[in-house]
Amino acid sequence: MIEVVTQLVLIVLVLAGSGFALIAAIGIWRLPDALMRMHASSKSGTLGGGLLFFAVAIGVGEFDVVVRALAGVAFLLFTTPIASHLIARATYLLGVPRDPSQVRDDLEGRYDLNARVCQAPADVVAGASSPVRGADSPSTGTGGGAA
Amino acid sequence: MSAALAIAIWIGWGMLAISFALGLARLVVGPHLPDRIVALDMLALTAICAALLFALVSGSSSYVDVALVMALISFLSTVAFARYVEWVAFRRARQADPPPLDHADD
Repeated sequence: MIEVVTQLVLIVLVLAGSGFALIAAIGIWRLPDALMRMHASSKSGTLGGGLLFFAVAIGVGEFDVVVRALAGVAFLLFTTPIASHLIARATYLLGVPRDPSQVRDDLEGRYDLNARVCQAPADVVAGASSPVRGADSPSTGTGGGAA
Repeated sequence: MSAALAIAIWIGWGMLAISFALGLARLVVGPHLPDRIVALDMLALTAICAALLFALVSGSSSYVDVALVMALISFLSTVAFARYVEWVAFRRARQADPPPLDHADD
């Protein structure tokens, strides 16, 4: 009875883990711009890898393997957000064109690539007199009312 | 290992093969540098998943170590590539006439 339940759990974990890896790949292939691709691969890729780590922990069942698998899950959960954040930052700073469906860019005009500083919005900085946003972007339609 | 689990693992191999092919296609097609970095990250994760499936098939604990080391290396390489792209972006900002984005890393 225990063996049947273990096998069922293993089957579900293996299929779900590989399936989420496949979903990440489909997202990489189908989504229109680099930021969306990063989003697909980071989230569902982490989930797929984590589920397969759990499958190995349950399937092999020795103590050292379980410890390693749990360490692997923790490592994936710690590192994937950092890596995807760095990729997203680099993508934004490089200025890769975004998909036309992305109508709003809250960082627009705020990041000075030469001084390497990012300026906060005027309503956040108390006493700031020169709002950067909206000064030079009448064409992008970032009025905020569209959301 | 029961027959149902063996079939599930074979289906898992198939799905991982398809995802590897899709990631490789994105790595080749691009079109920009960050797309390729994202595809490389996803390919490393697919390789981690394959190592874990093989650990499950063989029952050996060494393939879990392989998966862990691959996760480590893929994280480090992704961080290094992202820093490089940032460096390219800063360099482009200083250039008076930067090259087109398709050749941003020339």
